[in-house]
Amino acid sequence: MNETTEFSQTMPAHGGRGAASVLRSALGPSLGLLLVLALFSIADAVRARIKHKEATFASVATGQKILRDASQVGVAALGMTMIIIAGGIDLSAGAAMALAATVTAWFFRDDYSTATAVIAGLLTGCATGFVNGSLISLLRVVPFIITLGTMTIFLGLGMILSGDTPIRAFGKPPDWLLNLQTPYPVPEWLAVSSGVWLVAVLALLVAGLLKYTVFGRHVFALGSNESTARLCGINVPLLRIAVYTVAGLFVGVAGLFQFAILSGEGDPKAGLGKELEIIAAVVIGGGSLNGGRGSVLGTISGACIMATILHGCVTLDIRTSYQKVIVGIIIVVAVTIDQIRQRRLSR
Amino acid sequence: MTTAPLLRMREICKRFGATRALDGVSFELHAGEVMALIGENGAGKSTLMKILSGALDPDTGTMQIAGRPYAPGNPHEARNTGVAMIYQELNLAPDLSVEDNIMLGQEAGRFGLLRRSEQRPRVRKALQLLGHSELSPETPVHRLSVGAQQLVEIARALVMDVCLIVFDEPTSSLARHDVERLFEVIRKLRQSGIGVIYISHFLEEVREICDRLTVLRDGRSVGSSRLEDVCESDIVAMMVGRNVEELFPTVPHTLGDVLLVLNGLSGEKLPRDVTLDVRRGEILGIAGLVGAGRTELLRCIFGLDSVVTGRVQVGGFVARCSPSAAIATGMGFVSEDRKGEGLAQIRSIADNVSYSRLRPYSRFGILNLRRRDESVRVWMDRLQIKSRSPRQPAMELSGGNQQKVALARVLHQDADLLLLDEPTRGIDVGTKAEIYRLMGQAAAQGKAVIFVSSYFTELLSVCDRVAVMARGRLREIRPADEWNEQTILHRAISLDEAKP
Repeated sequence: MNETTEFSQTMPAHGGRGAASVLRSALGPSLGLLLVLALFSIADAVRARIKHKEATFASVATGQKILRDASQVGVAALGMTMIIIAGGIDLSAGAAMALAATVTAWFFRDDYSTATAVIAGLLTGCATGFVNGSLISLLRVVPFIITLGTMTIFLGLGMILSGDTPIRAFGKPPDWLLNLQTPYPVPEWLAVSSGVWLVAVLALLVAGLLKYTVFGRHVFALGSNESTARLCGINVPLLRIAVYTVAGLFVGVAGLFQFAILSGEGDPKAGLGKELEIIAAVVIGGGSLNGGRGSVLGTISGACIMATILHGCVTLDIRTSYQKVIVGIIIVVAVTIDQIRQRRLSR
Repeated sequence: MTTAPLLRMREICKRFGATRALDGVSFELHAGEVMALIGENGAGKSTLMKILSGALDPDTGTMQIAGRPYAPGNPHEARNTGVAMIYQELNLAPDLSVEDNIMLGQEAGRFGLLRRSEQRPRVRKALQLLGHSELSPETPVHRLSVGAQQLVEIARALVMDVCLIVFDEPTSSLARHDVERLFEVIRKLRQSGIGVIYISHFLEEVREICDRLTVLRDGRSVGSSRLEDVCESDIVAMMVGRNVEELFPTVPHTLGDVLLVLNGLSGEKLPRDVTLDVRRGEILGIAGLVGAGRTELLRCIFGLDSVVTGRVQVGGFVARCSPSAAIATGMGFVSEDRKGEGLAQIRSIADNVSYSRLRPYSRFGILNLRRRDESVRVWMDRLQIKSRSPRQPAMELSGGNQQKVALARVLHQDADLLLLDEPTRGIDVGTKAEIYRLMGQAAAQGKAVIFVSSYFTELLSVCDRVAVMARGRLREIRPADEWNEQTILHRAISLDEAKP
């Protein structure tokens, strides 16, 4: 029996001939990441040679920055991975994340303790997820529509709370919180910023949760065939609420990261468009919007691929507008490759 | 018969990787002949038909149609040569009319404008040839019954001037009177000189409609004979390659206490006011036509559909209406819809078997996957599920093996009451016999089995009692030996004349 890695959840692992395909599906996105890194390193080296400058891309500092950048989208994408595996989607993740950051900022501004502010932010994340899950389960409306609505609701709530201007709580949050998202690790012996370590730990937890728990099995069952899940006695509405709520916790963590990036400011509009980056990370990582497929390793790779492209473009002086085009192409290519692979599998 | 046969397939071979799907298959079909192609699942029938219809190329071997070499590159080419396939799953556009469906892809038109005046006679002629000119060309297809939809599909083949039609398990989703109608149509096709290949698991049907049969086993054609020259057990022996002692193995079992009591059970539409009881160690069959409410009855008992009035009592307890409660009270349900509901196709066998009972392998919610796989493997051995490992996705298995996985789930769950909805549909004779045996074993262990089927012969042979349902109501329950197929059918249609 093969147990590739704790991460490999894209396909059910099976012995013999299947082992290779499992490895490929789990490692595909990681190989993609290596490819993107290699491409930019080469391009940067070539450019440096032509312009008689020093190549700067292939360096520790770049690695640190990429991981830092990937960590915010990545942590929210961990939750999104669960949602997508369960056959759902969450368009409100970006707005919910900004709302969590705004709530945290509100508590800091009004001189509540650090614990209160942090927990309030995390609970806000959970609450947004709980609301999404409950609405989907109770109203029996598709997740796409429900979360499209709550996206605007969460944005509005954040603006009501902040009175339409970002809430500033400069100087009040403790250093450890702000250091979560510093480009360079503080303290230096951490090698990468503390937020990255946090995401790494959470990623391991989620991978374990998906593979080794009853909850995880049920999430996959729900996503691959809801009728079967019901037939097997799984409480589908409750499970869905649980999935969204747990995913909300990760959105809360992303909110804290957002707060740290703005060095102590809570801006309810800061999450606009982030949900698409989060979903893109999952999809590039092999998650299927039909549900039942997705992996933590893939999602993390997907987040890193996007951060790498961003950094590579900055290094190569490629304008933001071009970056967008490149990321878009990557999404289409990644999903196409994945589908071709699956078609071949199901034949 | 001195003329060249309509179709001649010679020494067809096809490999998929290491497996030989077809290993030198040869047969002939004459014009105006209905030939049955039978064999167990995996014997190579569908591969052979895919080659005939141009969806696959043979590795070696030749085909001839009316004496001329035939090597279609794709299904479209095959159709143009006059070879049409009617599949189990119909390929119709539900929102289009009968006429539009029949003419789809071959519309009569000029400059992109549809010329209905030109199409209409062709459509009418095709429907008339089928003996069903009463079908209105304007009716949207989704308003037709499955049987009538199938006619539309056949008519589509006819407007293209086919010489050969392949029917792949055409009756598995048809009610009895639709089957009769289909047979009438096939007889008409035969009269007009069209060759028909008829693939089916139902030997009674084959006997009723076919002139000759060819048996495939393990990718070889093991025999071909006129139907009047062979008896049932010869055919089965040819298919499975061994002597099947009996088609319907029974395991002796004795009746115990009453396990399930239904009291005036009604669902939202179906069933209506069903009262019955089932004892431990009993196999109760439920017969009826499609739409009689048999599936709905099982779904209500299991809590998948809501119960409007009446109650379900298991072992003295009134069951709460939800699948999880049903499982807790010891029920297990095998759905008739293996793909859509029964199995999570992309998940592994182990997952599918254990979803309804993960508790023995979990501690504080954390699973011991190795222990689970070990016990799933035990069930796979017991049910002889052919697969590489418990981790293989369910979708890679054959239909019969998938059905065994669904059965393994309720057995693994150790359910006391097995609710089996068409558990033998679309699977081969050998596997069917195994499933009957498993049902008998379950009864012998003191479990109760409710067995819904449209195949009356198996109900009569396997069950202790048979209940007949019509229009949502339970018409009558009798011991199985007091029924025969005619009396069941009579009871099932007694109040059902209203339907066309």
